[in-house]
Order: sequence, then structure tokens, then C-alpha cells
Amino acid sequence: MGQIEWAMWANEQALASGLILITGGIVATAGRFTQWYFGAYSIVAGVFVCLLEYPRGKRKKGSTMERWGQKYMTAVVKLFGPFTRNYYVRAVLHLLLSVPAGFLLATILGTACLAIASGIYLLAAVRGEQWTPIEPKPRERPQIGGTIKQPPSNPPPRPPAEARKKPSEEEAAAAAGGPSGGPQVNPIPVTDEVV
Amino acid sequence: MMGCWLLNEGLSTILVLSWLGINFYLFIDTFYWYEEEESFHYTRVILGSTLAWARASALCLNFNCMLILIPVSRNLISFIRGTSICCGGPWRRQLDKNLRFHKLVAYGIAVNATIHIVAHFFNLERYHWSQSEEAQGLLAALSKLGNTPNESYLNPVRTFPTNTTTELLRTIAGVTGLVISLALVLIMTSSTEFIRQASYELFWYTHHVFIVFFLSLAIHGTGRIVRGQTQDSLSLHNITFCRDRYAEWQTVAQCPVPQFSGKEPSAWKWILGPVVLYACERIIRFWRFQQEVVITKVVSHPSGVLELHMKKRGFKMAPGQYILVQCPAISSLEWHPFTLTSAPQEDFFSVHIRAAGDWTAALLEAFGAEGQALQEPWSLPRLAVDGPFGTALTDVFHYPVCVCVAAGIGVTPFAALLKSMWYKCSEAQTPLKLSKVYFYWICRDARAFEWFADLLLSLETRMSEQGKTHFLSYHIFLTGWDENQALHIALHWDENTDVITGLKQKTFYGRPNWNDEFKQIAYNHPSSSIGVFFCGPKALSRTLQKMCRLYSSADPRGVHFYYNKESF
Repeated sequence: MGQIEWAMWANEQALASGLILITGGIVATAGRFTQWYFGAYSIVAGVFVCLLEYPRGKRKKGSTMERWGQKYMTAVVKLFGPFTRNYYVRAVLHLLLSVPAGFLLATILGTACLAIASGIYLLAAVRGEQWTPIEPKPRERPQIGGTIKQPPSNPPPRPPAEARKKPSEEEAAAAAGGPSGGPQVNPIPVTDEVV
Repeated sequence: MMGCWLLNEGLSTILVLSWLGINFYLFIDTFYWYEEEESFHYTRVILGSTLAWARASALCLNFNCMLILIPVSRNLISFIRGTSICCGGPWRRQLDKNLRFHKLVAYGIAVNATIHIVAHFFNLERYHWSQSEEAQGLLAALSKLGNTPNESYLNPVRTFPTNTTTELLRTIAGVTGLVISLALVLIMTSSTEFIRQASYELFWYTHHVFIVFFLSLAIHGTGRIVRGQTQDSLSLHNITFCRDRYAEWQTVAQCPVPQFSGKEPSAWKWILGPVVLYACERIIRFWRFQQEVVITKVVSHPSGVLELHMKKRGFKMAPGQYILVQCPAISSLEWHPFTLTSAPQEDFFSVHIRAAGDWTAALLEAFGAEGQALQEPWSLPRLAVDGPFGTALTDVFHYPVCVCVAAGIGVTPFAALLKSMWYKCSEAQTPLKLSKVYFYWICRDARAFEWFADLLLSLETRMSEQGKTHFLSYHIFLTGWDENQALHIALHWDENTDVITGLKQKTFYGRPNWNDEFKQIAYNHPSSSIGVFFCGPKALSRTLQKMCRLYSSADPRGVHFYYNKESF
């Protein structure tokens, strides 16, 4: 399992846990279960976890599929710098968040799932993984006329392409006594044969 | 032919709708049963409708858990495929969509599990609350049942000063339910497409948590926590009369105390068959693993492609099928799929393996593809082969004209097909119905597939030897070219053979203009049925389907393009 970045799975697991916490919280709050305020907490914690985990981190090797619309959350998550970059912080954070939800039956599954996600993040942190934001690539402005090749500036007969293409080497070649670039000096005088 | 083709396309939709229909039927039928059944009348007094929601989703869960193991019993599917039934084509094609069905059933399990869990949260909460001081009347009376010696209880929560979590963890159903849900969540989070592509091993190993899932499911109902009134009690205790007279239950003869019993566990009955089947499946895979595979030839192509020729007793294949390969020296648990690239007429079977992950990279290294000295045959690592699986591309031979389009790595099944076509062509005994094949190969960089270009070259020579140069017409499109290449190609345009591939037919640059191609083909074959076969990315598949629709004539005697959707 050499190539696995554990953080990827931890991220999926944490996102799922967030959703489960929200669902459990809604059930407890709507049903006015005993100690339903834990349910309200669970909804808030679930939303927070979902928002934190929504932007995928960049993989070390290969390309990463972004989640739809994740760039907005990436900007926010990036702001917290080391708190969101470091996976030890995330592991501890998820563990602490999961504890209060464990007091209510409706959210206990969320607790278990988030605790597992916390464990996987710990494993990722131990292996030195980090969250790096996926930056949008700067759009290269199309240079107008950049691909238009100028027609040859010297009249025929022209030396072959190799000699024409590299002016710096031509100067070296000229120093060695080869045919020179720049303004063409015809070795044989050219006469116009049109009468 | 036309009827079969229609059936082909519509069959998937029909099957999915049938599955959905059965689910809805089971759900609604069970729901109404629990809502109306007399023996659960008193249970409903405490729980309300959530009893019916929980039980209905439980039945759907049983149904789906039964179904989920079947699409992944590969040997069973191959066996069914082997016994071909009438109009076998469309049904066999459905067998190839087994993984899609597996995922569909998994989603069904997830949805039903959510309903089931939420309903039971409500149930536990209500059971708990009905033991409180605030519960009055019938509710309180029912909850108190079971406190005296010859009463059977209804409410599994016996006292109020406890919390629902503790109560959950005291029941078998609760603990196994928690374990099952966790297993399901773990399986689903490690099966997302992202994780599967990033690390197939994580997906595969975590998926084996299904063993825990099924074991827990089998014992989930053994606590008999769903309680209804016994038949004997119903016959003695008239509900309509007695339900309001709960204060007199002990005293009045007409209303003896109602007796309750738990429902028998039924999940094991649903899942026993498929679990046994799947266990046999794994045993078969293990036995196949023990079978000897002889490696007869190893060819290391440049650009990291390894070609392996192998032999195995009793191995029969058809073009388009794939095998699963395991190399115990690299990993004792992983089986990786590879499309077969040899023709059935050859006395060996071959695969072409490209380094695209750690397992394949390790395999290439083990076989000395990294440019080391020649390997001795006895020092090559042992391989195990399971298969062949998958739909055969034999439908090609049913059409007089075929258009085969391969994009990128999708060219591999066509290697087997083209070779098979050539062999069938050379067998002079039975004249082939197939008389013309147009082959389009679109790839970014031909270097990764130069082994295929070699194959085309050898086919070209053999065809011209046989005098059948017009049988196969192939067009190669390179979509990744740069200016230097274009310059080089333009300079050598007038030569006889193509400068990149060395083939007589020239390589084109850029993507094919499908409108022109289809127009030309339709013009060449004005009244034939033309089969179109494709292997590659979905976007191109949609384009080709559109072309097939556009250029098929409305006249039944005119040209018709039949798009065969294959998934490899």
C-alpha cells in the first residue's frame, strides 16, 4: 500500500461523519428526545466538520479531483494556516468534537465515525502528510501574435533551417569560419536573370 | 437482429425498474402489515408508525443484502454466461453490468439503513419515555407489563433512570446494529471513486469488512426485541374491547393480561444462500490460484509495456474478455484485471501490461522489464490466473460490416479481436458474414502502443499475402502532436509508408471528423447493417451514438448503424 495517502481516506470518512452527525442531530432535535440539546450541538459540529473537510487537499503525487465548488472553502480553510494544514491538529479536533455527541443515542454513530476519522488523520500525521490547498492554475494570457512566425527576412538562396534557427551558435560558427547569420552575404554573386 | 438490439438497450432500464419495483412493493406491503396487524396493536400504542418504518426498511435491507453478494460472484456469472439462452446477447451484456448493479444495491442498502436506524432511534426514545412518570394510561400499563412473574414484557426498556445509549448497548440488536452501521460507513467511504483510483488496495482490503457486516447481520435479530402479541393471547384477549379497560386486565375474565413474544430472526434466512455461494466463489478462486500457469514467452516492449504469453490447462477464451492475474511474490491478496490480447485460435493466451501503479510497476520489475539481463524461465515469479470473464466481442461476426473505434488504452480488446478476425478470415472453410472492417484508433501518443502498431503491420502484410487487403481498413489518429512532429511529417508526406508507424496507411493528426467518416461509410455500404463497437472514454461514446443515430437511414432497407455499448 505504498502510494496511499491516508489523509484522503480520513477526509472521506470525516465528511461522511459530518453528514451522519447532522442527520442524527436533526432527528434528535426534531423528535425532542431527552437531552436533545446534544442534538443541536451535533448539527453545529457536523456542519463545521463538513465545511472543514469539504475542500480536498492536494495529493503529493498525481492530480487531485476537486470537489464541485470547493475553491470557496479552500480560501477560507487556507486562512487558518497551520491549524488546518497540520493533521495532528485535525486529529485532536475531531476527537474532541466527537465526544459530546456520544452522550446522545441519535448521534452515537456520528461519534464513532468521527473518532475513526480522527484515528486515520493521526496515522496520516505520523506519516508526515499535510493539507495543501489546490490552487487554481494562473490562466496564461494568450499572447497576441505569439504563434505567428515571421516570414524569412532574407531573400533566397537561404542556408538550411539548422543554420538559421540558432543565432548564438551561428556566431560561434561564424567565429569558426562558417557561413554567418544576420544579413545574408551571398557567397556567389546573384544576378537577376529576368530580362 | 433489430429486436435483439432494442432489447439490449432497454433491458438495463427494465431490470433496474424491476429491482426498484420489488423494493417499493416489499416496503409498502410490510409497512401496511405492521400498521394494521392486530398482534402489533399494543406495540403501536407505544411506538406509533416508526415500528412500521423500521420493519419495512428491515425487510428491504434483507432483500438487498441478499442481492448484493450475487453480482460479485464472478465465477457464478461466468457460469451463467456459459449457458447461453435464446437471444443470449442482451442477457449476457447485462451480466457485464454486474458492478453497476452491485453499487445500485449498495445505495439501496444505505438508504434503507438510514430509514431503519432513524426509525429505531425514535423507537428506543419512545420505549424509554413510556417508562417515565409522565406516561399515562394504556401506555403506562403496557410498559409495566412484565414486572410480575407470569407476565411477558412488551417494552424492552424496563426502567426509566437509564439512558437510551445504555439500553442500546445492552441489547444484541443494538450492539450488532452499531457494528453493522460502522462497517457500512467504512465500506462506503473507502469505495468512493476517488479512493478507488488513488489506492485500489485500500478499497479492496477495507471492503472485506463485509465479513463483519454479514456476521453481525445474521445475529442482529437473535435478541427478539421486536415484540408482538402471541396468537394464543390474541384469541383470549379481544383488543377492541379490552384496550380501554387496561385497569381491569388483571381482574376481568374477558381481558386476561396480553402475552408477548419476540419475532424470530429472519435475516439469516435471506443471506444464507448468497453467503454460501460467495464462500464457494472464494474457494473456487483459491483453487484456480493453485492451478498451474506456464509462462511461455515474456516480451518487454519499450515505453514500459510487458507482454506475457501463458498457458493453462482447460483455458478457453473469446476476444474482448479479461483475466484476473495475481502474483504472490508481489502481493498475496490482490487480483488485477487485464484484457486478453491473444486470439482464441492461438495455443497460448497473452496480456499486455503497462506500468500504471505500484503493483504493475513491481510486476514489470520482477519480470526484468527494467532492462536487466535476460531472465531464466525458472526464475520468473509464479502467476495465478482466474477467468476469463467479461462479454465476448463475438457479435462482431454477426454484421457484414463493422466499425471498431478504440481510444487510448481501449485498443487492447481490439488486439484480440483483430487477430481473431484474421484467423477466421484465413480459415477458408466457412466464408465469413463479415466482409469489411473499419478500425479507428485514436490516441494521444502512439509510443505507448507501438506493440499494437506492430500487430497492425503484421496484419497488413498477412492480409496482402492472402490477397485480402480490402478486408481491414484502419485509420490512426494521433491527437497529441507538436509543431516539430508536424514539420517532420509534412516533409516526409510523399513517402510510401507512414513515417511514424511504418504502416502503409497514413496516420492522421488531430481528432477524426466523425461526420465525414460516417458519411463515407454509409455511402460505401448503402443497404447494410453496420455494427459499431467502441472502447474508450464516455464522451466519445456519446458522440458515436449520436453519429449512429444521424446516419442510419429511415428506410428499413437502407444503411443502419447499430451501436454496441461495451464496458471494459
